[in-house]
Amino acid sequence: MNALRNLVDKVKPHFEKGGKLEKFHSVFDGFETFLFVPNTTSKNGTHIHDAVDSKRTMIVVVLGLVPALLFGMYNVGYQHFLAIGQSVGFWEMFFFGALAVLPLVVVSYVVGLGIEFIVAQIKGHEIQEGFLVSGFLIPLIVPVDTPLWMVAVATAFAVIFAKEVFGGTGMNIFNVALVTRAFLFFAYPTFMSGDVVWVRTASTFGLGAGSVVDGYSGATALGQVATATTQNVDLVNTVGNPIGFMDGFLGLIPGSVGETSALAILIGAVILLITGVASWKTMFSVFAGGALMAWVFNVAGPDTAAAHFPWYNHLVFGGFAFGAVFMATDPVTSSRTETGKWIYGFLIGAMAIIIRVLNPGYPEGMMLAILLMNIFAPLIDYYVVDANIKRRLKRAVTK
Amino acid sequence: MAQLIKTKRGLDIQIGGKAEKQISGTKISDVVAVIPDHYHGITPKVVVKEGDVVKAGTPLFYNKAIESMKFVSPVSGKVLAVNRGERRKVLSITIQRDEKNSYEEFSVKAVSQLSGEEIKSLLLASGLWVYVKQRPYDVIANPTVPPKAVFVSAFDSAPLAPDYEYVVASEMKDFQTGIDALAKMAGVKVNLGTKPGNTIFSTVQNADITVFEGPHPAGNVGIQINHLNPVNKGDVVWTVNALDLLFIGRLFSKGIVDLTRTMAVVGPEVVKPQYIQTLSGSAVAPLLKGNVTMGVEHRIIGGNVLSGLQIPANGYIDPYATQISVIKEGKDNHELVGWAMPRFNKFSASRLYFSAILQKVFGKKDFEYDARVLGGERAIIMSGEYDKVLPMDILPEFLFKAMITGNIDKMEALGAYEIAPEDVALCEFVCTSKLPLQQIVRESLDNMRKELE
Repeated sequence: MNALRNLVDKVKPHFEKGGKLEKFHSVFDGFETFLFVPNTTSKNGTHIHDAVDSKRTMIVVVLGLVPALLFGMYNVGYQHFLAIGQSVGFWEMFFFGALAVLPLVVVSYVVGLGIEFIVAQIKGHEIQEGFLVSGFLIPLIVPVDTPLWMVAVATAFAVIFAKEVFGGTGMNIFNVALVTRAFLFFAYPTFMSGDVVWVRTASTFGLGAGSVVDGYSGATALGQVATATTQNVDLVNTVGNPIGFMDGFLGLIPGSVGETSALAILIGAVILLITGVASWKTMFSVFAGGALMAWVFNVAGPDTAAAHFPWYNHLVFGGFAFGAVFMATDPVTSSRTETGKWIYGFLIGAMAIIIRVLNPGYPEGMMLAILLMNIFAPLIDYYVVDANIKRRLKRAVTK
Repeated sequence: MAQLIKTKRGLDIQIGGKAEKQISGTKISDVVAVIPDHYHGITPKVVVKEGDVVKAGTPLFYNKAIESMKFVSPVSGKVLAVNRGERRKVLSITIQRDEKNSYEEFSVKAVSQLSGEEIKSLLLASGLWVYVKQRPYDVIANPTVPPKAVFVSAFDSAPLAPDYEYVVASEMKDFQTGIDALAKMAGVKVNLGTKPGNTIFSTVQNADITVFEGPHPAGNVGIQINHLNPVNKGDVVWTVNALDLLFIGRLFSKGIVDLTRTMAVVGPEVVKPQYIQTLSGSAVAPLLKGNVTMGVEHRIIGGNVLSGLQIPANGYIDPYATQISVIKEGKDNHELVGWAMPRFNKFSASRLYFSAILQKVFGKKDFEYDARVLGGERAIIMSGEYDKVLPMDILPEFLFKAMITGNIDKMEALGAYEIAPEDVALCEFVCTSKLPLQQIVRESLDNMRKELE
């Protein structure tokens, strides 16, 4: 450790003002603070500080996402070998999935962090950790077969136009990962919907070659619901076997990499709630809003399959759970008042179901619901703060 | 029966080095200093020069804006120097103490025989007015504006704070005199906030006693005001620290300015944490000599670790400090990937580390502290953090944002009149984004005062 510290101290002068590598100061600073907790001491104000910092916060969120990622990798392999009709062992499935998913992770991080480093250097501030989470979310919310260049373009767009132009982490209005997803969705619609991108049927790095079995269909559960002609739809997996609530909960179904398993997401949710990084109020009210809205449609909705898709299925299929746990609770883009969090979460849940049921174009509504409520979060806060101001003013009069 | 107010939000930080209840003697340095910067928001006009002989209570300078407001010498002796800095700013006035201990005599009578105005001019002339502070702005009170209420907190809930009961016990009469003088001068009853249980303050006369129960900052007078008689636009509330009331009491009982203080010397780097008797303005080095750990760089703080002032090793105690805290500076500590480590020895109010469990379940108390910020400054990311440690009807995050953006209308509406930097010290402690919130509040209040007065 001392050797490492000495090395850092030795190269440090080169990166400081006037040094040879001044242009890379932010990058160096980023790595130095990554390696060593900065030894800056407070000059005024509190003399002691809480051990928490934004690096710790972000790394815990990443930790919460790991179960979803690992399960997603396994599921990608599982779906692949199911589609080509081969039965292989657990590790082979996982290995295949990992090979398929890792490039997405790498592209997302390289592009996003690259931009983050450049912007930090231009603006002369420290590298912010926000993208550690965004970069992890992006591969989890895209279909596994999304071309890497599309992921790169979408990530670049989102980081620049949804974050940096607003002033960086903490200043953004929209969730960066969701903007990436929305960009993909609207810029390459033919690619992002339908039923071909959700399962990798081709081989990956020469692994798992084969051709799909007869009767294969890569449609997701929500895709089947959206295209169903009858009111009651019987969900099936890619090879035609029936699936139900439990399959949605466990997650061995086609879908975006990290969103399929409600169970893996639940583990993440427990991590986020125990550590207090995510607001339980937001999380709970998203589920409550979604369940209630779906139930209303079940009881009194139009005669479509989507409206009569049982409310509990709405919560486990598609991106609902993932969005509720990891996206809606993003503290920066969500409502920041405690009262506001209830309203914000509830409306996300309700809106997601409304879009799913009533919008003929998109089978999934979570992404748009959260982005929509991102816009409204400041408005909700405005009224909560205004109520506080009014109460305080009243106090003066009644005295 | 006194009214009981329970506050839930807040945080008691466990830090080692609590003072034992014994006084190790009287220690006053040979040279004492009066530093105008310690009296926030005044412009000093110096009336002494090098070589002048002064007594304890002799004016050294006055406030340019309010000339009757004097700032006096705490000791008798000879003025060593009037140190000036850039643009002739007065940095400090140092006084070589003599052995005579002579005091300026003030002709006083019993408080009951004096009018409010007489008491006020006595305090102004004797330099004790500086201990009367006001909300809004948390500055020395403007003597021309009558307050709507006066608040005194009879306990300090800050980390390692001195036990007021222990310090005041032997001078209860002077304390009562101080309360009487305050009440008479302000024309309103004094609100006295006490700890739960039977305390020596429970029987104080001439005051409305309210019991406050809860974690720090329940003892902060700002929190007590917010619960009982909040400061609205146009209101003025006076606040006096309970220990400073003793100075006022002594003035009326003895006719002299006696700034002797019983201070707590505390902190993990103090060998024998206990109380000492000293004088406001005394140098800090002789007080700590032989009583601090060796071989580490120290951070000496006049006041508590949350809102005190940093004192350089050759510096002087500020007039408002009731304790001296000593912690490690920590500059030599390069923690390898500390943010990813379990860090069992570090305290965090969040549940991102194990300290909450260790403290609650295993009763761990000896967390390590030093003066490091432990992270880089960021934009506000987490929400709801500040609310958990500020038991006021205020939305702190939105107030801070109004302050950062300099929006005075919003600051007014969101509670800037009620808040003092010390009230947000815990917000600054828990802040994930490591924002210097006390500094933000201080600068904003100064700005507001400049704009609105």
